[in-house]
Amino acid sequence: MANVISDETIEYVGILAKLDLSDDEKEQAKKDLEEMLDYIDELSELDTTGVEPMSHVFPVNNVFREDVVVNGDDSDNILKNAPEEKDNMFLVPKTFD
Amino acid sequence: MSDILSLTAVELAKAIKAGTYTAVDAMQAVLDQIDQTESTVHAYVTIDREKALAKAAQAQKKIESGELTGPLAGVPFAIKDNMCTEGMLTTCSSKILSNFVPTFSSEAVLNLEKAGAVIIGKTNMDEFAMGSTTETSYYGVTRNPRNTEHVPGGSSGGSAAAVAANECFAALGSDTGGSIRQPASYCGVVGLKPTYGTVSRYGLIAYGSSLDQIGPLCKDVTDCATILETIASHDPKDSTSMKREDTNFTEALVQDVKGLKIGIPKSYFGEGLQEDVKKAVLAVADKLKELGAEVEEFDLQHVKYAIPTYYTIADAEASSNLERFDGVKYGYRAQDAEELHRMYKKSRSEGFGPEVKRRIMLGSFVLSSGYYDAYYLKALRVKALIKKSFDDAFAKYDIILGPVAPTTAPKLGCSLSNPMQMYLGDIYTISVNLAGLPGISVPCGVDAKGLPIGVQLIGDCFAEKKLIRAAYTYEQAAKEVQ
Amino acid sequence: MAKEYETVIGLEVHVELATKTKIFCGCSTAFGGAPNTHTCPVCTGMPGSLPVLNKQVVEYAMAVGLATNCDITRDCKFDRKNYFYPDNPQNYQISQLYLPICRNGHVDIETESGVKKAVRIHEIHMEEDAGKLVHDEWEDASLVDYNRSGVPLIEIVSEPDMRSAEEVIAYLEKLRQTIQYLGASDCKLQEGSMRADVNLSVREVGAEKFGTRTEMKNLNSFRAIQHAIEGEKNRQIDLIEEGKQVVQETRRWDDTKAESYPMRSKEDAQDYRYFPDPDLVPIHISEEWIARVKDAQPEMAPEKKIRYKEQFDLPEYDINIITGTKQMADIFEETTALCGNPKKVSNWLMGETLRLMKETNTDPEDLTFSPKHLADLIAMVDKKEINSSVAKEVFEKIFAEDIDPVAYVEEKGLKTVNDEGALRKTVEEVIATNPQSVADYKSGKEKAIGFLVGQTMKAMKGKADPSSVNAMLKELLSQM
Repeated sequence: MANVISDETIEYVGILAKLDLSDDEKEQAKKDLEEMLDYIDELSELDTTGVEPMSHVFPVNNVFREDVVVNGDDSDNILKNAPEEKDNMFLVPKTFD
Repeated sequence: MSDILSLTAVELAKAIKAGTYTAVDAMQAVLDQIDQTESTVHAYVTIDREKALAKAAQAQKKIESGELTGPLAGVPFAIKDNMCTEGMLTTCSSKILSNFVPTFSSEAVLNLEKAGAVIIGKTNMDEFAMGSTTETSYYGVTRNPRNTEHVPGGSSGGSAAAVAANECFAALGSDTGGSIRQPASYCGVVGLKPTYGTVSRYGLIAYGSSLDQIGPLCKDVTDCATILETIASHDPKDSTSMKREDTNFTEALVQDVKGLKIGIPKSYFGEGLQEDVKKAVLAVADKLKELGAEVEEFDLQHVKYAIPTYYTIADAEASSNLERFDGVKYGYRAQDAEELHRMYKKSRSEGFGPEVKRRIMLGSFVLSSGYYDAYYLKALRVKALIKKSFDDAFAKYDIILGPVAPTTAPKLGCSLSNPMQMYLGDIYTISVNLAGLPGISVPCGVDAKGLPIGVQLIGDCFAEKKLIRAAYTYEQAAKEVQ
Repeated sequence: MAKEYETVIGLEVHVELATKTKIFCGCSTAFGGAPNTHTCPVCTGMPGSLPVLNKQVVEYAMAVGLATNCDITRDCKFDRKNYFYPDNPQNYQISQLYLPICRNGHVDIETESGVKKAVRIHEIHMEEDAGKLVHDEWEDASLVDYNRSGVPLIEIVSEPDMRSAEEVIAYLEKLRQTIQYLGASDCKLQEGSMRADVNLSVREVGAEKFGTRTEMKNLNSFRAIQHAIEGEKNRQIDLIEEGKQVVQETRRWDDTKAESYPMRSKEDAQDYRYFPDPDLVPIHISEEWIARVKDAQPEMAPEKKIRYKEQFDLPEYDINIITGTKQMADIFEETTALCGNPKKVSNWLMGETLRLMKETNTDPEDLTFSPKHLADLIAMVDKKEINSSVAKEVFEKIFAEDIDPVAYVEEKGLKTVNDEGALRKTVEEVIATNPQSVADYKSGKEKAIGFLVGQTMKAMKGKADPSSVNAMLKELLSQM
């Protein structure tokens, strides 16, 4: 079964991914997505009933930190790469929340 | 001086300790070599000559004072440009990080530096490690030193090329789906991807967090074991870092494969495999058999599902991991974007290359509402089946032997136009990452055009020592033939 | 005939946990501090940084879950919630969707008008807080401070079991009391360490199905919550009456304008693409761990009430007020331990303390005076070193600035004068200068003595013991 990706879907995924694609790029992305999804659909051949999804390969759990302050003021370093800063803060276009 | 470059990393450290050379001699030799070959090879994104020489001088002092005694003291290293290095540009070969200077170093780099290794600079790679040719770099392609018409492989192509061109003595790479083993194979060097959790991921700029591992690219198996021993550590800063007792990998440098059970997956030698590659790889199996190993063909299950599983999982994780590159805290910010979401979209669209965007789009799609179960969860279930296939195999065999890639290095400019075809080239390496296993690529000859071929040995989790023993045994035997 | 409507409310309550460090890094959670001074590569989303879970966060979340009758999820894990916003440095928030740490609990509430009911808790999950955005008028831009980024939160999600603002307030009060007793958070609404989002729908009385709900955010006081509920209820009823649809959306309540407006823009798809965070490993909670957390649980309000009744024999009303908040109960118990007189301590809390709290609009959790100073004050009154009006005056100082009453009384010279000669002299003078009052008293107007006492106290600048003054006056007047 061939997947068909609509213009709306590409538009929507672009919003999720925060990517602005040109018209050519959109057409290419549709093609790429369709092709990849057709390929990924091969997985449906496999019966995975009763198989637990495996996020981690090893059954490791309970990796914790103790609740002890180890970091001091590192704001100079934190802001070193800021594209724009003001008053020790990161400056961004105006936001409403 | 000229033959200093022919030394391996471990040989060099010994020579420095013995006073034959200094760490500064070694660094100078590498920098001279870079002057000769870098304009063609282009293995590096960043080289810091002054700092490299100054650090080499410091290391030399510490070696002389007896403070540094380790087997890598004074050795010049190259680092893949997705590992953070304090005070040194770290770009992931992307425009979006074109101005990013980390304020801390990754744990693996710190471990190397503690052992007295000296960083030359940062090597070129596929952008954010997404690619198999090092052609998706924003900073231009790297050429294969063995034949500069060809790609060095990827994504750690710069590291493999730097080692092959003697532009360093050894390098670190990262491997998410074959990104150490495949370029090692294409460039004729040794490359190892450790068991997941063996080397800390702290400071490694993530592509697919559940798959990424750092490992060595180097001249021989001895260097490989030595470097792995140095960079492996349990790091409390990385929750997925494993506590291992058996990281004295150099102990496995013994010539003995008697009784070692080696399985050869039949499906790894089917259609699509270049004939020269097939012959060279099977010759390794014959050699090991001759040396006392038990070799047997078997059916490895679920091989063909590894690629779609991998791309679903890796791209899903990547789509999330790369969200932080938004022009707010670091990296490239597009100008003239007055509104917040415009700024995000413009910065990211201008900052990422086509392959990265392609994977972010796919990853975002498979996680989006309505598709998560059908794609992402399905892939995690198949991952469990693939892991189970390997568990079954390792119940019978100590090692799985096969090719690293279906072909030798393709020509420059031939791969990117057909991404699906490029993805299929990862068939032999990818399942190793899905199952968290260790894998090593060892040179095993050349094809008709003189391009290097690599053999891949895959071990069960935490069985690096078996890999190193088999690889070392083969390497020494091959040397004797020469 | 006008239709009758019922309001259906569920709450999502965010509580900042009282850990010393953030949920995934060793940065301090201390409130305040210059911008970005409590940050590191992890909580600012630097490339290559990785999270490591703070164990105390899990224990606090378990404690709250156990105290609210939840089932503890034996194997839980963290998921990433992906959305772009500058206060969220990774552009994903580490939270729990698929396997939250607590589920299926309930809280018993009683409203002021006496409604008793159980509010069911759907789940409690752990997550990280976001940074703070400040609007910069000069640049017409926003500024981001990540000091709060990564502060641990639990989100307590109730079922839609509440029907009025009164029930919502009772539920929040109960949650706050419980969590404060556990020491898991200070739950200060004004400072944002407790925040509530209100999910509200209306339906005709008797209807089975729920109406379309909206979610309201930015509610940082009980007053705002009450107003927002009333406002939103009326807005939805108006829409329905006009034959329009209620749109399922997130709205922001503006308490000064007393109206809400939608928050969503077209760039927010609200598709969070949750998936298990590959950087964090699962949490396994054993029976033994649960038992340990249970054992460490402090005495809660209901047990305290019973004990106070038996041990201190205080009136039920007083007990309810004192055990109403952990801060009050702590002050009561510590002061009583120091001075050994529960009745007097209770009187100070029920009288002067409540009066001053009301006057200064202070919440119990903001009480800052030390039990030692109150105990010292009670001792000074007992020893008649100061009289009760001086004591009240000194207590105001203790309440406001936590001054040391012994030093303060000494310094200001407020001690009662116990010099009988001086008192006799003053009383004689007062009698001499107030013949009318003396005459009134003599003619049987007993009340006139009050005026004379007052005059004497005034002449002695308040530093006399009123009962001694009274006795002296009676003695001298009887001799006349």
